[in-house]
Amino acid sequence: MKLTEAEKAMYDGQQGPAKQKAMDLLMRYGEALGAERLVEVNNVAGAFNASTPSVRELVKKGFDAVFSELNLDSQEVVKIPHMAVNTCQLITGIDNDNWRIQGIPEDLAEQQKNAEKHFGALGINMFATCTPYQVGNVPVKGEHCAWMESSAVIYCNGVLGARTNTEGKESTGAAALTGRIPYWGYHIPENRRGTHLVEVDIDVNDIMDYGLLGYWMGEIVQEDVPVLTGKIRNPSLIKLKHFGAAAASSGGVEMYHIPGITPEARDVEEAFSGRKMVEKLRYGPAERKLAYDRLNCADNRDVDFVMLGCPHNAIEQVARIALQLEGKKLSSKTQMWVHTPRALREVAERNGYVKMINDAGGVVMSDTCPAISRYAPKGTKVIATDSAKQAHYLPAILNLPVWFGTVEECVEAGLTGNWNGGLK
Amino acid sequence: MTNTDVRANNKIVLRGRKVVGGVAEGEALVTNDTISGWGGINEREGTVIERRHELRGVSFKDKILVFPGAKGSSGYSAYFHMTRLNGVNPKAMLFPKMTTKAALGAVVTHAPSMTDFDQDPLKVIETGDWVRVDADNGIVEITKKAAR
Repeated sequence: MKLTEAEKAMYDGQQGPAKQKAMDLLMRYGEALGAERLVEVNNVAGAFNASTPSVRELVKKGFDAVFSELNLDSQEVVKIPHMAVNTCQLITGIDNDNWRIQGIPEDLAEQQKNAEKHFGALGINMFATCTPYQVGNVPVKGEHCAWMESSAVIYCNGVLGARTNTEGKESTGAAALTGRIPYWGYHIPENRRGTHLVEVDIDVNDIMDYGLLGYWMGEIVQEDVPVLTGKIRNPSLIKLKHFGAAAASSGGVEMYHIPGITPEARDVEEAFSGRKMVEKLRYGPAERKLAYDRLNCADNRDVDFVMLGCPHNAIEQVARIALQLEGKKLSSKTQMWVHTPRALREVAERNGYVKMINDAGGVVMSDTCPAISRYAPKGTKVIATDSAKQAHYLPAILNLPVWFGTVEECVEAGLTGNWNGGLK
Repeated sequence: MTNTDVRANNKIVLRGRKVVGGVAEGEALVTNDTISGWGGINEREGTVIERRHELRGVSFKDKILVFPGAKGSSGYSAYFHMTRLNGVNPKAMLFPKMTTKAALGAVVTHAPSMTDFDQDPLKVIETGDWVRVDADNGIVEITKKAAR
């Protein structure tokens, strides 16, 4: 890899041991990729918090040791300075207020708060959400970023037209300290062009259908770049958030085009821009049913846990849930957690949505989700969720069966304790 | 590669590009399914946990893991990183499809790894074959299990 003078100075240790270790990792990573150089980034979204049981032993050695090993792959403990560029914390394992309800041990909740105090002062902004683009981190078209969180990466590339690969805990740590990331993959314009044409033959309009389309498509195109045409109705932040999260779960989709909607393709021709189309796919009723059946792995209709908000809910989604619950009570057998970024929870409080949800017996959570924390309410046997991503991961992570459906079906299941959803 | 080459030393040789340097040998564990790190593996046991994955419940500890590539969450590297800290990591990784997840995961696992092969390792290598990975020189030597 070719380095600039400034990069060489960091690599040689002239900017201190932490930047040296960071450059060492970026060199190993860049060479593994086959990258020729690094690119400057000023927008990093990563995972820096110490909220999992696995890091307990490392925490005893101090937060420099945590960052050195887990964010720089350095076995030598180096003193971590202030972050060099804009950096934010993505979702964590613990809700700082509702950790008891989650079932998190007190020492772990303390550990996360201590880590936040330490890393917060070093310039890691504690958004604590999988959706930084919902709370103020909205990169502009063409901006080079170093983001983790597959659902945020696909949003950043596909919807915003900014440029990031799916980075990891270690590469974002190195990027935050150096302002550099390998110039590879989706940083390079040619790689952002389409590979597959997806013709959508049936109306895709609500959140569930956006999720089903994304889930079906991701499994087929894996990490390629689909171009979608046809009956994609009324796209919005919320729908594209669910679509992308699903496509990045069943496959590894990091970039897509909806010509006329997303910023890098006015039409199908521009979406491909001369790149050869690998395959043309059709999405119809059979494909929709296939995705639905794959996401629904439960057979017991007694639902005892409803999870809403993966990726984290927008304020409109919190409102929709609150209004459906207003004046009603959840079944005594069923618990409901509604997840939204902490900044939006503040808004939800002011609007009265949090009270409506609480009065019905539900909990509004921030900072985390069941898949990340690996905690569901104690004794949970069957889960219902409106998220294709959560429905994909929870059976593996919590070893529990999941029903997937619309927001209304999930709230209904919370009120009755029974799953009455189905593909209509 | 001709049959004569194989019979001469009972080995099949693949050539590829180094991802992470080093030499390792062991038994192959082969899957045609891509692997998720976060939500796809148990980092304390070194097992695949994804529902509908052909290796579900199988451990890759000390194996030469041969797989198409990475998928899913960006927690991929962090989870393979933790398999190393927990001593349940694969001994080496061979994967044809390069992505940032697969590259960073291999780098932080410190396991000799290769990609860009002259033949598809998923077609040539089967679970149970004995595999020697010399990533520094870009060579994979395979002894078929039938010949072991």
